[in-house]
This record gives sequence, structure tokens and C-alpha cells, in this order.
Amino acid sequence: MNGWDGQLKKEEQTIFRLRALFEQYGYRRFKMSKFEEYDFYAENRSFLTTKNIITFQGLQGQLLALKPDVTLSIIKHTKANMTCPDRVYYHENVYRARKDDDEYKEIMQVGLEYIGEVDDYAISEVVLLAKKSLDSISTHSVLNVSHMGFLLGLLEETGLGEAIQKKLLACISEKNPHGIAEICTEYGIAEDLTTCIQKVAALHGTLEDMLPIIWDLCRNDTMRKSASELEQLEQNLCACIYQQGVHLDFSIVNDMDYYNGIMFQGFVDGIPTSVLSGGRYDNLVHKCGKQADAVGFAVYVDMLEGYGEQEQTYDVDTLLLCDDTADTIAKLRAVQMLQNMGLRVAVQKQDDGRLRYKQLCRLGESGVEFIG
Amino acid sequence: MAEYLNIALPKGRLGEKAYDILEGIGFGCPSIREQNRKLVFENEENKVRYFWVKPSDVAVYVERGAADIGIVGKDILLEQSADVYELLDLGIGKCRMAVAGFKGTRLNTERTLRVATKFPNIAREYFRRQSMDIEIIKLHGSIEIAPVLHMSDVIVDIVETGTTLKENNLEPLEDIVPISARLIANKASYQFNHARIQNMCDSIEALRKDTK
Repeated sequence: MNGWDGQLKKEEQTIFRLRALFEQYGYRRFKMSKFEEYDFYAENRSFLTTKNIITFQGLQGQLLALKPDVTLSIIKHTKANMTCPDRVYYHENVYRARKDDDEYKEIMQVGLEYIGEVDDYAISEVVLLAKKSLDSISTHSVLNVSHMGFLLGLLEETGLGEAIQKKLLACISEKNPHGIAEICTEYGIAEDLTTCIQKVAALHGTLEDMLPIIWDLCRNDTMRKSASELEQLEQNLCACIYQQGVHLDFSIVNDMDYYNGIMFQGFVDGIPTSVLSGGRYDNLVHKCGKQADAVGFAVYVDMLEGYGEQEQTYDVDTLLLCDDTADTIAKLRAVQMLQNMGLRVAVQKQDDGRLRYKQLCRLGESGVEFIG
Repeated sequence: MAEYLNIALPKGRLGEKAYDILEGIGFGCPSIREQNRKLVFENEENKVRYFWVKPSDVAVYVERGAADIGIVGKDILLEQSADVYELLDLGIGKCRMAVAGFKGTRLNTERTLRVATKFPNIAREYFRRQSMDIEIIKLHGSIEIAPVLHMSDVIVDIVETGTTLKENNLEPLEDIVPISARLIANKASYQFNHARIQNMCDSIEALRKDTK
């Protein structure tokens, strides 16, 4: 444990560990302004997980927004291209309204983006970093991996329009076999294809166990190409002996317009929602006019608040009672003496019961007396 | 040692029926049958813990991880858009969500349609798909009285047999969606209790096939 570890909250420790981890892999920090032009977010609204953005008028009359997301700004400013990648990480506050919340919240996000040629190595590096990030939070974690290309290939087989495909994707994300059956029956999808979609939605297990099953479920080249990417990832993770706790699960779905390849989501035991989310989003980068591909993830550090922490039993180690007659210099010296003994000290005239302390002392004429 | 599997059941007839199914596949907890006011019941032997909660709160308990799984009506799931896995349609508590009103009520009129309902999100989404301008009147019960007192033009509510509607001179005008009880799971709990939850779903499916 570092010297400061005991002083920091668990989520603060995690942020420092993540930053150190990202820097080990050559990622450099991206620091951004709190504001962006609102138009920028309006153009890419469906990429954002929130529809609510705080806007205000800038001093030059332009409409500004408090940033609800970091990835978009990174893409906007990147100079990366297919020969020279950008590896950046961030540690920033974003401003969003959470589901069922009536108010905006300031949410701390830590994450990274790899922008450039996203080859087999880049995917493996980012997935490894995602799993290592989870491991830095808990010893009991799962990283679910999915593939948008595989899902799009499967939905292509139905021949249905985009709106209905999105409904099917929603059912896959809920692992909802009866919902899939309902839609397929309504639109006359063959029984074997319906069963195939249901099987894909239900899949959950280690990459090694699931790969033979997904090869059997492949129906076209798009699906086969995606299965082969997943297979390559599994081999790379095995080579690094880092395949433990990486599962295949197609219930991670994201916006069809932006995401195109590997997607992943991380869970740690004891937190009821995912704490990490990411994937490959070449389409967004291309839409922003950049000649590069990209993959990245974010860790929702706010979800870790209170996780794995024992509530402190005491506010201070020592409560030092001093009456009105006590001399200021005597008080300062007594506090300093107790602090030098490694104690946290508070000075009060009396104990009103609100402060929780380990020991009670009084400053008398003969010095500090322990009274309880 | 296995951890307890926490199951949220909706208070009332639906929850009792759901418990019967779970008991039938080996997830019983005999103390739940005792007549008392307790809300939490445990069976140490098979490591299950049941909670009785308000039906409209089941999805909240599951989404927030206080319960690993829960039994909830599709109406609640649609209304709350809970971020959970919807693993199984239990085929019990069957009814439908419908628009109801006085016989011959026209939905497409020149003025804004006033809709009284306990399910504002479902109602809003249904009429939005038809590009209709509506005004929602959110109520918490006795919805049928709203058109009778001319507070609303129609209601959006659950229709089981239609008796309550009939007794108030109302009738179903359009069906919105069929409803039944669903088994839902918290997304994170599913990762760490996958085998037990999947085993539960498979056993219920097998039981349903046997009784068909």
C-alpha cells in the first residue's frame, strides 16, 4: 500500500490505479474544457447515452453545453490516422441526468480511446486494459464481450427494416426469448432463424466454451468474420493468460449507427449495474470526417462510491476538551503533541455527542489528561 | 458456500402463484406459508430468500440489485423501462393493456384526447406512434371513474375480464399489448449467479412443458 492509500476513498484509489495502468500502455492524458459548442452534441445526439444536455449562452452569443461525454470531444480533436494512432485517456467530470433522476449530476468518468488503425493487436490491448481495470477494482469481476458485426449479420438475415431490427436488438439486450418469438411471428420470420436469434440472446459463458456454438450459429460472411475476430481475441487473451473472467454475451448492444465491432461491458460483484462499458466505434470517427478507426471504454467511477469501504467508526481519534480559561498557545501545543503521536484531533469546549471519537481528553493545568 | 439468491415477489395473487411455481422446481421456503406479517423469508437449506414487495416496486428492487431476480407484470416493465434481463414469460397473470371508454367513443377527434391512466408512459408511447395529441391525467386507482365523471375521454388500463368496465358502462376500444408475468434478473447478479438462474429458468420451462 502507498503512503496515501489509507487517506483516499476507494474510488479515488481506483482512479490513480487506472491512470497508472493506462500510462503503462503508452496512453497520455487528454484534458478538456468543461464546455463544447452545443451543435456538436446535437449532430451526434444518438451516440450519447443521455438526451438531456445543460446548455447556456457563451459570451460571444454562441450556444454552449456542459460536456455530457468525453469521447466525442476526443474524436473531434484527434490528429490520428491509419499509420499513426492516438492513445489517450481521460479523467473528467461529465454532466448528465441519470435514469429516474429529476436532476443533473456531475459524474466522474475515467476511460481511454485508441484511435488509428484498429487491428488485432489494438483490440486485444484495449480488451486487456478493460479487464485489468476491472481487476484493479475487485478480485471478482466479469468482462462480457459481444460483437456488433455478428448481431448485424444475424439481423440482416431477417430482411426486416431498421426499426424492427432495433426492436429485435432490444429483445436480445434483455435476453428476452418470448419477445423475440413475438416479433418474429408477427413478421413471418422462419422458425429456425427465430430459434437462432433466441440462442444468440441466451448465450453466456467463457469465450472458449462459447466459440464452437457461435460458429454453428453463423449464417453469412459478416457473422463468420465477426466470429473469427472473437476467436482471435480469445487466442490472444489465452496467450497472455488473461482469459479468466472474460465471457461472451450478446446482450450488450449499442447504437447500430455508431458501433460496428467488438463491444464489452464490465461488472464487479457487489455493484448492481455495469461499471465499465466500451467498444469499437469506427462509424462515429468516420462521421466526424477523420481517416481512422477507434476503440475505447469508460469506467463509471461514481458507481464505486462506497463500494468495499467500511464506514469510519470515528470522526477523530481524540476529542480535546478545553474550557474558556485555556490559553490559545497551550491548546495549539497540545494539539500538535497529539498529532505527533499520529492522532487526528479536534478541539471543542464540550462534548455535545455529535462527534464520534476514540478517546476523550481534557486540557488541564498540568497538560493533557485522558478522561475516557 | 453458496450465497442466498434473493427473490422479489409481488404481494397478492400473482406472487402466490409465482411462488407455487418456484416451490415446484425446488426453490421452496416453507415459512412463507405461515400466516403473519413478515416480509422476508429464508430457507437456509436451498439458500433462497424471498421478499414480498408492492407489485410496482419489484423491478426497482431487481434493477438496483436488492433482489437478484423477481416476478413482475409486463405492464410494470413497459411503464418503468427497467434495465433488467427479462428471461421468461411465466404465462400467468394474463390480461391486456387497452384503451377503454364509453361505447362508440371516437379517439381521433378535433380536440386533444384526455387520457386517464396509471400508466402514463405506455399511454404516451401508444398515442405517439399514432401521431395523436393527448393530455395525460395520471391517477393511482379507480381509473374507470374518470370518463364517468367526464374528467377524461378515455382510460388506458389493464383489462382482465372486462367486468369492471362493463359495470361502469365502459368497454375496451383498442388493445395495446398483451400482459403476463415475467421472470426478471438483475444484470450484474446474472453474471455471478448464472448457473443457478439459468437452471431455474430451464426447470420452469420443463415444468410448463410437462403440464401442457
